[in-house]
Amino acid sequence: MGVEGIGARVVRKEDKRFITGKGRYVDDIKLLGMTHAHFIRSPHAHAKVKGIDSSAALKMPGVVAVLTGQQIVDDKVGNLICGWAITSKDGSPMKMGAWPAMAPETVRFVGQAVAVVIADSKNLARDAAEAVVVDYEELPAVADVHAAIKSGAPQLHPEAPGNQVYDWVIGDEGATDAAFAKAANVVKLDVTNNRLAPNAMEPRAAIADYDEAEEHFTLYTTSQNPHVARLVLSAFYNIAPEHKLRVIAPDVGGGFGSKIFIYPEEMVALWASKKVGRPVKWTGDRTEAFLTDAHGRDHVTHAEMAFDANNKITGLKVKTYANFGAYMSLFSSSVPTYLYATLLSGQYNIPAIHAEVVGVYTNTTPVDAYRGAGRPEASYLIERLMETAARQLNVDPAALRRSNFITQFPHQTPVIMAYDTGDFNASLDAAMKAIDYAGFAGRKAKAKTEGKLRGIGVSCYIEACGIAPSKAVGSLGAGVGLWESAEVRVNPVGTIEILTGSHSHGQGHETTFCQLVAERLGVPISQVSIVHGDTDKVQFGMGTYGSRSAAVGLTAILKAMEKMESKAKKIAAHALEASEGDIVIENGEFKVAGTDKAIAFPMVALAAYTAHNLPEGMEPGLKESAFYDPSNFTFPAGAYICELEVDPGTGKTSFVNFVAADDFGRLINPMIVEGQVHGGLVQGIGQALLEHAIYDASGQPVTASFMDYAMPRADDVPSFNLSHTTTLCPGNPLGIKGCGEAGAIGASAAVINAITDAIGKNNLEMPATPDRVWRTIHAA
Amino acid sequence: MSTVKLTVNGKAVAVDVEDRTLLVQLLRDHLNLTGTHVGCDTSQCGACVVHMDGKAVKSCTMLAGQADGANITTIEGIAKGDELHPMQAAFRDNHGLQCGYCTPGMIMSAIDIVHRHGGQLDETTVRQELEGNICRCTGYHNIVKAVLDAAGRMKVSQAAE
Repeated sequence: MGVEGIGARVVRKEDKRFITGKGRYVDDIKLLGMTHAHFIRSPHAHAKVKGIDSSAALKMPGVVAVLTGQQIVDDKVGNLICGWAITSKDGSPMKMGAWPAMAPETVRFVGQAVAVVIADSKNLARDAAEAVVVDYEELPAVADVHAAIKSGAPQLHPEAPGNQVYDWVIGDEGATDAAFAKAANVVKLDVTNNRLAPNAMEPRAAIADYDEAEEHFTLYTTSQNPHVARLVLSAFYNIAPEHKLRVIAPDVGGGFGSKIFIYPEEMVALWASKKVGRPVKWTGDRTEAFLTDAHGRDHVTHAEMAFDANNKITGLKVKTYANFGAYMSLFSSSVPTYLYATLLSGQYNIPAIHAEVVGVYTNTTPVDAYRGAGRPEASYLIERLMETAARQLNVDPAALRRSNFITQFPHQTPVIMAYDTGDFNASLDAAMKAIDYAGFAGRKAKAKTEGKLRGIGVSCYIEACGIAPSKAVGSLGAGVGLWESAEVRVNPVGTIEILTGSHSHGQGHETTFCQLVAERLGVPISQVSIVHGDTDKVQFGMGTYGSRSAAVGLTAILKAMEKMESKAKKIAAHALEASEGDIVIENGEFKVAGTDKAIAFPMVALAAYTAHNLPEGMEPGLKESAFYDPSNFTFPAGAYICELEVDPGTGKTSFVNFVAADDFGRLINPMIVEGQVHGGLVQGIGQALLEHAIYDASGQPVTASFMDYAMPRADDVPSFNLSHTTTLCPGNPLGIKGCGEAGAIGASAAVINAITDAIGKNNLEMPATPDRVWRTIHAA
Repeated sequence: MSTVKLTVNGKAVAVDVEDRTLLVQLLRDHLNLTGTHVGCDTSQCGACVVHMDGKAVKSCTMLAGQADGANITTIEGIAKGDELHPMQAAFRDNHGLQCGYCTPGMIMSAIDIVHRHGGQLDETTVRQELEGNICRCTGYHNIVKAVLDAAGRMKVSQAAE
């Protein structure tokens, strides 16, 4: 692998600017003549906008404009779209409520913008916003998913009677009913998957700059996928045609899904910059992030699992209500359907599955993909069911899982997914060994003598990553293809620029992508730079989410590298008067195999650009590009085991040990992979113990700052014991599966299984706060 | 408007600011020291931590005027030329950062933690002391490792001085 090649723990190239304060995030950028936007947001969950009086604000110093929702409608800026069409079981399309970037008539969640003040400074915009008087007529609101589908509930959208977005099904209902009819045992479980706020540490921000002479816009934005942003802003929101809109996503401070979507604020900034003739900057504060960044999860589910007399699973029935909030966000529709229900087979042989998902509008912030997106909800449900079953059937939970594992690959599940490879026993073995599973009973007994309730919880997750084969997702309703692009530019002196459609917002692409080049050419990574996040530099790309950048983005780079190497070998062979087939690449040289004849890579590059002595008919230059469309999803899987203690007097949970054994296929940089797992695990633990985005019955958010939404802090979580088992992914040439979401997918079930094991009561909802745990312990 | 006179990263500066200007705004907007970040506005996340007269403070929750006459050090001021501060080096070497947004505040808090505890740091202490700094990317595992690593490096470099 070499010191900087594939598999090496290379320290990150990008770190220097971050540790010295030289990162360049959107809010760090200042443009000449820049104005500042402050949005006026609804304090009501549901209301009519009767009028907006901005006369006093317009007289205040430094105020450039006050723009309203009616103006954005009048200017024919398009409504926000949802890019994945889902069809209900009755054949009808999903019901889309109209979502203008600022509300002209009706607001449907607290925080929805009705107007924006543009002023010379942020403070002046804020001052003027205080002087804008909005006349609201409050309407009844509904925040809870069950309340929203009751007859007589407040109705959000005329397009969606009963507040229903869709009623979607997957699987074979007849076969599943038959399995339950013959079952020796049936295990039932009701589960709520708590709503979360994504909370990337950098709040969203946008700077829009309109060039009147060129009729051209530039948008600096906090995006995980700047090309998708440009496409949507052009094709659907009528901002500008693509060649007249440049989108730049510079350093982005975390995303976790929340920065995939194109939000009203960047649409308004673009539109406003043309209207006022000056650049417009908006930087959200943390409360705006809580109110307007798409939330995650929020499912209410009833599930039943059928077993035969040998404790083999024979069927699974699931009914889930998914709370979408007030509007359908960009990819929201796919999350509780194709990213959730297709993973309900977990790691297990389940012959028959039937799932029904009802999507519901409520007067809350829109919900969309958040780290794992549907797969954490599926994994949590299955792993809570397996634990519940083990307790009900009185068998060891690890043994019950083992006896139902899929062991033959490829494996076609009853819910679309075809698992390509895996070794679920290997990861469970590794995790059980790491935590000394066999010795747990002794440790539990000892803890009891110290007045502590000790528990152990297993979670065996599987997810679908490498998103995604374009043809497959197209047939399921996706509005986009999910390939990736790459371009390899070799400069005349032999340095290399890799242009990628992936976007790094913490993942370390500037290092890992260079490692592939170092592996193939034997050049130091200092000779390679990664270019991303700018639609003027990179032709197109689908961006970073769904653990896709290594499996899809890096494979595209590999394809482009292979083309470049092929041409370079021809040049080298010509220069060395050898046959192209005899050329091998080693340590930065092109050599004639078995001889000492060699030419250094920079000399090959120079030859390509001087073009003095190229093979007959060859074009000068050394630059190649590729598009890579995966043939299947990838299937990272693993086993997490958590051991913890509960203090029965306070309900407080303390971690004893947390082990993770993951199979991600080939690892490019194990140090970075471990970092991804650590971060994911803490988001999963945060969901299990701390985090909950709460609304009261009237739709008022109760958790809109870090003072009332409990983010995991350093003293809430343990250090982790990680290991890897490996089955190479057969679907891509590098054998990569992806590692970005695993922790968040697998961790929460391990924690809740451990707590419920400790306290000896199976029903416990997330987040398992000390109060909730104490009440569960002491409930009659 | 008032004139605030202070020393930032060793340089004396005088800045005319509105009275309501926060220290972080003075640093970012007036002095273009954008390494200090704002993550929450409520003194919870610590992305804005700088040193005032050698002690860690949250620059988003104090007025610029309160720093009049003070000696402020930001993330831009802790390396000696090309030589990184041991805490910066330890964050890089231990992969203690991902998106980098919380990192400047983390590093500034961590230096203060090591100064206050000297050689008495262990994992539990570091975790408790980092309570005022939130990171969403790393799960803290490698940040804790980095702080403990840097504590050792800082002891060595102090002993050498």
